[in-house]
Amino acid sequence: MTKYAMVVDLRRCVGCQTCTAACKLANATPPGVMWRRVVDVETGTFPNVQRVFVPTSCQHCDNPPCVAACPSEATKKRADGIVTQDYEMCIGCGYCITACPYEARFKVEDVDFAYGDEPMRHEAEKYNDDMNGVVQKCTFCVDTIDEGIAKGLTPGVDPDATPACVNSCIANALTFGDLDDPDSNVSKKLRDNQHFRMHEDEGTGSNMYYLWDKGEIRL
Amino acid sequence: MKHSRKVASGPWPRLQRAWDIRAAFNFIGGGTGTGLLVMAFLGALDGRAWFIPAFAGMAFISFGLLMVLLEIGKPWRALNVFHHPQTSWMTREGVVALPLFACGGAALGLNLLGMSGIAMFFLAVTTLCALGFLYCQARILRAARGIPTWREITLTPYILLSGPTEGTSLFAAFAVWAYGGLVWVLPLAIVLIAARAAAWAYYRNGLEKRGAPEESLEVLDQMAPGFYLVGHALPVLLFIAALADAPGVPWLVSLGGLIAALAGWQAKRVLITRAARTQGIAIPRTPVRGRGQSHPGARPGWINR
Ligand code: SF4
Ligand code: SF4
Repeated sequence: MTKYAMVVDLRRCVGCQTCTAACKLANATPPGVMWRRVVDVETGTFPNVQRVFVPTSCQHCDNPPCVAACPSEATKKRADGIVTQDYEMCIGCGYCITACPYEARFKVEDVDFAYGDEPMRHEAEKYNDDMNGVVQKCTFCVDTIDEGIAKGLTPGVDPDATPACVNSCIANALTFGDLDDPDSNVSKKLRDNQHFRMHEDEGTGSNMYYLWDKGEIRL
Repeated sequence: MKHSRKVASGPWPRLQRAWDIRAAFNFIGGGTGTGLLVMAFLGALDGRAWFIPAFAGMAFISFGLLMVLLEIGKPWRALNVFHHPQTSWMTREGVVALPLFACGGAALGLNLLGMSGIAMFFLAVTTLCALGFLYCQARILRAARGIPTWREITLTPYILLSGPTEGTSLFAAFAVWAYGGLVWVLPLAIVLIAARAAAWAYYRNGLEKRGAPEESLEVLDQMAPGFYLVGHALPVLLFIAALADAPGVPWLVSLGGLIAALAGWQAKRVLITRAARTQGIAIPRTPVRGRGQSHPGARPGWINR
């Protein structure tokens, strides 16, 4: 089996938002909609404060509350773990937005482009009228993955089969791959480093892992 | 351009914008409508004319669903709501609404035609469906796992109690004019109002225990004094005065009933539109960079971090 996951190395992320920009370019999301974002978290109390940059997006959960909540089956989980969104089925009720513990979903009410009424080239290329009035979210660049696999490429290894955010990262903080393959880059990273998942207590089974130190898990 | 939500710039919980007052109206209409149907049925058992409260109950539920229809992005695809009964409480709410409206329509129609026996049977089935509908609404909120104030398990008894309380209070206001009062309605309303206050306290306590965004708690706590004193203590006092045959009984009961119902509606409005914050970002540890070390993480904007 295949189970796609993303590993984020918090030690490496510098908060440059290149992945955010790459996602916006790759998916032409409208203003105000960010399938991928990097959140700036401050911890501690002055003067002992730390700053952590936390890249986040849809976590393609193992038990996605969004899928359970959706009344129309517009959002589904594929066998490879990717949680998909069918814009033609979605009724735009927004229930999945409230069900997602990761703020990963967005409802777009109306057509809008980055610079006024005229779309930029990438916006024109990606424009899909079905996406208005319904909910959208990160797809792990599922089309890229599927096309890459069809060409015999390996997601997470070959850029043409890998999500845009991972390809763009300047610090090599993002890794994508198959968690069910013990030799995949994500499996190796998780074996060699301590990690956590966000809101683990919610039981969503997030597939976005955050590395925070080398060595075995001892949270 | 209108987006239902804007992207967070920080890690803090923020107000959900997916559902607005129209969604709140669905919970208001579903709860009050159910309460009115239950009371119409109990009134019928007592031999009273039940058409008006039953009709009002159906109207409340219809109004709530109409508001939902106005909220969804693709109303002409509304039938897709029936696709996922396996897990979606929204689908289940829709499924229960079908026999509710069919039997409710039959009950009202047959009642108008003077076939009161069979109409009563349909009213009983409608009332059962309405209770199922209300239960689905409570579970819809619990399944909204991104909103800590909704997913809180102790909200379920509150939602289940609030609807009948609103309906009974309105029914009391109606009954005092229509039937000159019913001996059992005011004591029942008093018990329900007291139970609703207790359910709210239980809910608030549950949030405290399991943690919630600070700003959500602030909003709920700002509402609390008025909610308890004006929304609960005052109608109970008015009803007790009415039971003690104080002057102006019909007015005391009407005022008390309306206030108790309004308090329930206000709480739902606040729950849906003002206290509904996301849980924001949480990290259990900070990363080890260079020769530094890991520090405890953070859950900004929360109590019980
Ligand atoms: S992160 Fe949110 S949108 Fe993504 S699968 Fe999990 S619940 Fe669904
Ligand atoms: S907005 Fe669309 S995807 Fe989300 S729950 Fe409603 S129908 Fe499902």
